[in-house]
Amino acid sequence: MIKLKINGNTVEVDVDPETPLLWVLRDTIGLTGTKYGCGMSLCGACTVHLNGEPIRSCVTPVSAVGDSAVTTIEGLSKDRSHPVQKAWIELDVPQCGYCQSGQIMSAAALLAKTPKPTDADIDAAMSGNLCRCGTYQRIRAAIHKAADGGASGATKS
Amino acid sequence: MTRNRSGALRPVTSATLSRRAVLRAGGAIAAGGLVLAIGLPGCSRPSGGGAGGGALKTTATNAWLKISTDESITFVCDRSEMGQGVYTALPMLLAEELGVKLERIRVEFAPVGDAYVNKLVGGQITGGSTSVRDAWDKLRIAGAQAREMLVAAACQQWDMPVAGCRVEDGIVISTRGKKLSYGALAEAAAKLPVPAKPKLRPRSEFTLIGRDTRRLDGASKVDGSAVYGIDVKLPEMLYAALAQSPTLGGKVRSVDDAAAKTMAGVKAVVTTGSGIAVVASSWWQARQARDALKIQWDAGPNAELDNATIARGLRQAAAGAGKSARAEGDADAAIAAATNGGGRVIRSDYELPMLAHATLEPQNCTAHVTADGCDLYVPTQIQGVAQAAAATAAGLKPEQVRVHTTLLGGGFGRRLEVDFVPAAVEASKAVGKPVKLLWTREDDMRHDAYRPPAFDQAAAAFDKDGKLTAWKLHLVGPSITARLFPGVVAQAVDPFAIEAAVNFPYDVPNISVDYLRHEIGINVGYWRSVSHALNCFVAESFIDELAYAARKNPGEFRLGLLEKQPRYRRVLESALRTSKFGLVRKGHFQGLALMEGYGTYMAQVVEVSIESGLVKIHRITCTADCGQMVNPLNVHSQIEGSVIFGLSAALWGDINLKGGSVTQGNFDTYRILRLPEVPRIVVDLIDSGEAPGGIGEPATALVAPALCNAIYAATGKRLRSLPLARHRMI
Repeated sequence: MIKLKINGNTVEVDVDPETPLLWVLRDTIGLTGTKYGCGMSLCGACTVHLNGEPIRSCVTPVSAVGDSAVTTIEGLSKDRSHPVQKAWIELDVPQCGYCQSGQIMSAAALLAKTPKPTDADIDAAMSGNLCRCGTYQRIRAAIHKAADGGASGATKS
Repeated sequence: MTRNRSGALRPVTSATLSRRAVLRAGGAIAAGGLVLAIGLPGCSRPSGGGAGGGALKTTATNAWLKISTDESITFVCDRSEMGQGVYTALPMLLAEELGVKLERIRVEFAPVGDAYVNKLVGGQITGGSTSVRDAWDKLRIAGAQAREMLVAAACQQWDMPVAGCRVEDGIVISTRGKKLSYGALAEAAAKLPVPAKPKLRPRSEFTLIGRDTRRLDGASKVDGSAVYGIDVKLPEMLYAALAQSPTLGGKVRSVDDAAAKTMAGVKAVVTTGSGIAVVASSWWQARQARDALKIQWDAGPNAELDNATIARGLRQAAAGAGKSARAEGDADAAIAAATNGGGRVIRSDYELPMLAHATLEPQNCTAHVTADGCDLYVPTQIQGVAQAAAATAAGLKPEQVRVHTTLLGGGFGRRLEVDFVPAAVEASKAVGKPVKLLWTREDDMRHDAYRPPAFDQAAAAFDKDGKLTAWKLHLVGPSITARLFPGVVAQAVDPFAIEAAVNFPYDVPNISVDYLRHEIGINVGYWRSVSHALNCFVAESFIDELAYAARKNPGEFRLGLLEKQPRYRRVLESALRTSKFGLVRKGHFQGLALMEGYGTYMAQVVEVSIESGLVKIHRITCTADCGQMVNPLNVHSQIEGSVIFGLSAALWGDINLKGGSVTQGNFDTYRILRLPEVPRIVVDLIDSGEAPGGIGEPATALVAPALCNAIYAATGKRLRSLPLARHRMI
């Protein structure tokens, strides 16, 4: 059994330690908000926080998580009240929406460290998250908006 | 869809999905509800659950609207939500006439049913940028009929004339201020005759249509609760990964599954018509075991197929004559006259690569086959065909397959194919449990129905006075429609191969457009904007060549040929103005493209500079006249997204075959634009009272020609093939 701290809860899972965290979250625990897009850390759809740091769960073996606190999109806020989520709704960012969990987790991690990011900061933090629908202009604007709203962006760890 | 405590709309959870499935199986509909009856002319009852009749005091159905005694109002959405915004725009049409706030409307996806046929394409299909155009009258009429019946029911109860009554957010209010809610009236209203010609609101009285409206599915897409196909959960569900022939069109010769079968979690190895499926307790286990299969493949007929073979085949085929799609005057005679009479003839060949759709959600399908039927949970753009494919795979009748459409993590035409459906059904049937089959990214990239490649020839003639006298396009490529809808091409020229060519807008006396179908041995598919993207590249690159040949400004040259085309002129003039065409800073250059597609008129201007021989894109301006807009906010988003979609393709999109296998596999070898690479996109919308046009696709088609025209302006180098990466310019 592997013990995980996920969204503030301790969960025990019986899986092969080499299983990527993504599939433990999705298939074992049932947190399907985190998405599979590439399996190679190329698209960012699987982004979650490990102790507040954005990581690609598709290439992170569950054995590597250890005691670290995992935050998924479901744990970012209870009621879509995180400033990034609010800005995303306000600016109507999503289209198909499939990449947006990952986008939001990357943006939240950025704002936690850099409350007033420049465009260059946003470029650096968000370049690993693909959006096939092309919502990038709105993503950028929404990050600025969340920052203006005084987002701390911090996730519980 | 369900409503959470805060009242926000949330997509179906697996719990409600399975509950609904159970209820349907029992012939009932959701508890506590009453379905308002409106039988629209020409609409038969939908088959299979959902909006169908059944228990309670339900009288019948309007295919799209359910009003319950608990005051809930449900819109049965008969188009798939793949990001293009039907989940919001379609209920807006209904709400406008029904007289309720949009937020009150719950959305659920429709089952397969005759009532849900998209009249513009003749099937239950989400594609061709048709959703709003198809729904425009139908859903407003449905809303208005319901409103008139509810008002009539209230007045019957009050014993008052209808005149003077009004509705306000789901409440009928009499002239004396009496009130009755829609929920309280629904049962009585359902017994009244359906008004044949309900009064629709004039445009001047719209309160919802034409206003920027945030997506109803937005909230569920920021908290992880939105349910895509990949997220479906059913009790006792197993997971499957599929081994498909690396060579397109190949088959399994033999399989050694001894090692795979011993691996953790593996429940079964199933030989399907699409390859070998490994079924396991989790998808990761299924995938690991799939990779442990030892399969001997029969490479099949495409073992030697590569890009050069395909390109050569198209070039050779081009020597033949195509079917005429448009002929005015005599283009050949005009070309001959120019040749012999001191005029000029210009000829260019264009070549376009194959492209993958690369929806971010890889293809997947969840099936549960039981003795008496099959539940299919699938992100699809084509429910009826998915149903038929599942029925064949399960050995059932189509009506025994209940299709539950999930949200789509991108569609772009990929999910008009149903190639990912049968294996899920076969696997479920084999193990007797629900099975979710998911392709890997590499499976998805290597087993797509690719955008057709093209080899096209253009010719034009100027007479000795410099007047453009002939325009000729000879389009060559494989047909998507011949495979998917053979009836459509039996007599006519394939309509989805000649878009943006047959409607050539410029005033030229002699025009010839023909299409020569040449198959390449592998499946090609509908890809966002379909042949618009192919032919707009050719037509708008070539007209640009003619402008420069005539030593004219490309904007003025086009305008000079558009005297009889006011809508084209208007978007072009607006785009030239908005982009400051010809007035940009030194070192920046612009190119433009113009097109009508899906009833939408569009012009784009791309602004570039060249740095160390590489193209840098600074700004893309897109002007659109898409007629009456339903949700301008979404129109804006769709244009931004379509431009980026087209730009990714123009820069890097290139599917290559080697020995019949696709060499690209993931986003490292099939690049799409990333956030820092996105230029500024300026969207310029023209307010127009014309009929609604489609908006999900057209902007994709103009990017490549406008970009290549800008590159010509900057460098004098004319790119007649794509992507830019092949020319080492990016």
